[in-house]
Amino acid sequence: MARNILVVGELVGGQPTPTTLELVSGAAGLAAGGNVSVTLLGTGATAAAAACGGAGTAYASDDAGYDTFRAEQWLPAVEAALDQANPDLVLISQSTPGRELGPRLAHRRNTAVAMDCTSIVDEGGAFKATRPAFGGNAVATYGFATTPAMATVRAKSFEIAGGAGPSSTVALPGAGESRTNVTGHEQVVAEGLQITDASVVVSGGRGLGAAEGFEMVEALANAIGSDKAAVGASRAAVDLGWYPPSQQVGLTGKVVTPNVYFAIAISGASQHLAGCSGSKVIVAVNRDADANIFNVAKYGIVGDYKTIVPAIIEELKKG
Amino acid sequence: MHLVVCAKQIPDPETPPSAFRIDSATNKVVPAQGIAPVLSQFDGIAAEAALRIKEANAGSKVTVISLGADSAAAAIKQVLAMGADEGVLLNDPAFEDGDSYTTAKTLASAIKKLGDVDAVFCGRQAADWDMGQVGLLIAEELGWPVSIIAKSVGQDASGLTIQRVVDDGFENVAMPLPGVVTVSNEFGEPRYPKLPQIMAAAKKTVTQWKTDDLGLAASEVGAAGSRLKLEKLSTPPRGVAVEIMPGDTPAEQAAALVAKLRADHVI
Repeated sequence: MARNILVVGELVGGQPTPTTLELVSGAAGLAAGGNVSVTLLGTGATAAAAACGGAGTAYASDDAGYDTFRAEQWLPAVEAALDQANPDLVLISQSTPGRELGPRLAHRRNTAVAMDCTSIVDEGGAFKATRPAFGGNAVATYGFATTPAMATVRAKSFEIAGGAGPSSTVALPGAGESRTNVTGHEQVVAEGLQITDASVVVSGGRGLGAAEGFEMVEALANAIGSDKAAVGASRAAVDLGWYPPSQQVGLTGKVVTPNVYFAIAISGASQHLAGCSGSKVIVAVNRDADANIFNVAKYGIVGDYKTIVPAIIEELKKG
Repeated sequence: MHLVVCAKQIPDPETPPSAFRIDSATNKVVPAQGIAPVLSQFDGIAAEAALRIKEANAGSKVTVISLGADSAAAAIKQVLAMGADEGVLLNDPAFEDGDSYTTAKTLASAIKKLGDVDAVFCGRQAADWDMGQVGLLIAEELGWPVSIIAKSVGQDASGLTIQRVVDDGFENVAMPLPGVVTVSNEFGEPRYPKLPQIMAAAKKTVTQWKTDDLGLAASEVGAAGSRLKLEKLSTPPRGVAVEIMPGDTPAEQAAALVAKLRADHVI
């Protein structure tokens, strides 16, 4: 059955985010011949639509008033697109904008959204959304009693398939008013490779014992290569102020899916595993042989990271 | 000011995976033996944020509301012991097995009934289902502004000043009142009540409201009013057993590990 699907896209630096492109590709796979459309808001939106391979229609506004995300400005624009696209399914990134847009948009359309989904399927004409729950201890699958079905979706839940961009672009209105006002922004993301893009993520946890422990974690990432490896942290380490929240891996942080995930002195709480369990290979270094991280790791070394990590760095240097 | 804290009682998220059970017939979590349910961690932090605003504004009061069964009174008592003034338990079999929408609708109805509320504080998400919707949906139900995932909450003449955690760092937001704020773990630890406060909270009466008290019909709350339908709840498959790297020294273990990673072509 052909289904119309609308993706609420996001731009960074005038380009669609990787998750936006993933969602458009995922939508193209689910549409079964129906129309796939994408909304893009902010400077460069109309031009950026061409990059959205798999979408038939773009709804765009180049108004710079949208560049800083304020939900109350975005919602009327996205609703205008919904009025025209009449979708059966709305897909949104699980991101700073998506976390807020999903519930508020669902409420305004008298429907429901499933948050932080990892898979969306069409089961005999009904969309089903699957997501982790209970800190990753459970997997929940939902159906929708109302239409459109809506879901916010985790990064890397769909593969980017590419294809031709939209054949038509419909202009959306410019940004209106917002009761909340953004008065400042502090960017604290680490320079260079982001943890969500890195092929290797080296993360440290509470077991490091002190903020200085991250120097060794960073040294391991550097030994692997700054073009390949990025540094992450567990929530415990972030809560202790040892590393910035932007590097937090876990349910309330980032979800990473690298080829290798090093968990250094991380016990492996469920909420942390929810952020790294999609990694191809998890390597655990922990003094406690009973630590939960060893239940999900492929390779483990039981020992003190202060001696193990320098040894791994030495071994890598041998080439 | 009249501040409301929304508090949820949940299964202890620290329950080890080995003790976590699901009843597949009912799609419900089986309470782990000997592990008491707890106040959702983020809600305790939301209570801390509300109490600090109360303490900065003489004559203010904090009301804590929970939607839950009889046992959820414990979550209310915990926030009362922290320093909240009044507690309301929304307790009715009709409220059970709702979704984020019916939960928010019920909580918003209680907030409307209180009447004079200036600000609502919620955790960024409940640490069981992790949806992160209820604070936003309360705001939509009430027609109020909302700011989510707060790291700090302050005040100025025009409302609340919020620093919130965003994907690439932090953002400062000014929000007029009445409004809703959801609070994240980056805010910091909530206070621990002392014994006299716990004793005093134990003596306080918790008001109980049902559908009728809120002017709601049973058909629009709980499972009956839900829009999102849980169809299956299961435990994820466990991975393969870990391979512990052999060797008597860190150097030998490291060599074994790096050889494995190179053989897997992942490094």
